[in-house]
Parts: sequence; structure tokens; C-alpha cells
Amino acid sequence: MILTNVDHIPGKRIIEHYGLVSGSTVRAKHVGRDLMASLKNIVGGELKGYTELLQDSRRQAVERMVVQAEELGANAVVNVRFSTSSVAQGAAEIYAYGTAVRTED
Amino acid sequence: MIGFLTTFGLPLGFIVLAMITGTILERRHFRDIERREKALRHVPVLTTRQYPDAVRVLEARMVSGAVVVSIDHFKRFLAMLRNVFGGEVRSYCSLLDRGRREAILRMKEQWPQAELIVNLRIETSSISQGRRKTIGSTEVLAYGTAIRYADIPRE
Repeated sequence: MILTNVDHIPGKRIIEHYGLVSGSTVRAKHVGRDLMASLKNIVGGELKGYTELLQDSRRQAVERMVVQAEELGANAVVNVRFSTSSVAQGAAEIYAYGTAVRTED
Repeated sequence: MIGFLTTFGLPLGFIVLAMITGTILERRHFRDIERREKALRHVPVLTTRQYPDAVRVLEARMVSGAVVVSIDHFKRFLAMLRNVFGGEVRSYCSLLDRGRREAILRMKEQWPQAELIVNLRIETSSISQGRRKTIGSTEVLAYGTAIRYADIPRE
């Protein structure tokens, strides 16, 4: 599965469009990570626990989008975008969306 | 006396401690960023979608990098003071600069063989600290499409 965030695939020709595919996940942080983060907050710097959490959820959102694209028979997703929104306190939704297409091999 | 110390001394001590370690850590981070930026300078990053038409593309794939950073207590305190007088909050500027550069570097490091990255998008979101709702930390995501050319002489 090829992913790009431009409206074509550099070096390849698109032969069929399947329309929008998307994947999302809502994740909450857990207490242990929160505690570590609040300690790290005193001196500043990277909050690794949160970085990992957001990376994991983004990966899952992309995976769900890819599964949807595969079901349609696509072999690439172009124009992929990410969006993050906080649903409730301590929980965030990560959304990935794009256009499923088929390229010549 | 002891009461005075615990009510004012402890928070003050925290702020001084945060100032010293925070400044050291930040400087170290910036040095690290500069070193890695130099090593990856040969990969240009564009915000446009165009790439040279003349070259044949071997492979293209999406790359991304993300980081969550927070500022120290001292800078948070400075920013609070800034809220009274207004003006540019420099302590937050350096936080965001740190986050963005780190995210772009991680994106580049995901596929170091790339020759060009087009359509760079940067997204910044703040992570609230629960009840107090102060913006102490920020998440930066950088993503783009990395391209590797087919027929460029590689040294």
C-alpha cells in the first residue's frame, strides 16, 4: 500500500479512483503516563509517554484507513491528511483520511 | 518562619530548580537539533507539491514525525507575568521552535535515503493540563511525501 499526501503518486499513473477512505481512533492517556508527564513538566522537555501514545494512535488510524482502502480493491491512498481533536478531557480523537486509488503496477 | 518557608520557599525553590535544569536541557536539545539538521541538510523540504519534472521517480512514500514537548516551571511563570503586560511571549516561542524542528527532523530520519520531501504539512495542537487548562505542552506533527529519484548519480 502506497501512501502519499500529494494528489498523485510521484512516478506512477493513477488508473482508478475509489473515493474517500478514513480511519479514526479515540485514545485516553493513562494515570501512570500522566504522573510521569506532570513530573517532566517541571523541568520541561519531551514528554516521551505522550509522544508514543499519539504515535500509536496515529498508526492505528492509518491502519484502519488502509484496511478500508484494501476492501475497495485499492493499492494506494493519496492526499492523506491527519486531524486531531480533543473529544473530552483527557481523550483525543485522531483521524486520518485520504482518497483510495489504484495505480498501474 | 517554617510556615513562611513552606508556603513561599518551596514553590520558589521549584522555580529556581526548574530554571537551572530546564535551561540546561533546552540548550542541550538545541545543540542536538543543530547537529542533526546539519547531517540532513542535503534533503530539501518543500511545502509545494511540485518536484522537478525531468527526473524519473523511483519511489514515493509518506513520512511523518511527531513530538510532544513542554516548557519548564520557570518559563511558565514568565509567561504568566507576560499575561499581565502583554507582548511577545518568548518562552513559548522557543518551545514551539524546538517542537517543530524536532518533528521535521524525525520525519526526515524516518527515510534518510530520500532525495526530496514535498508537500510538508505541520500541525500543532496544545495538550491541556486538566483542570488548570494552562498550555504547558504542545504536540507537533510534521508529514510529507518523500521522493527518491531513479537516475541521479549517487556519491
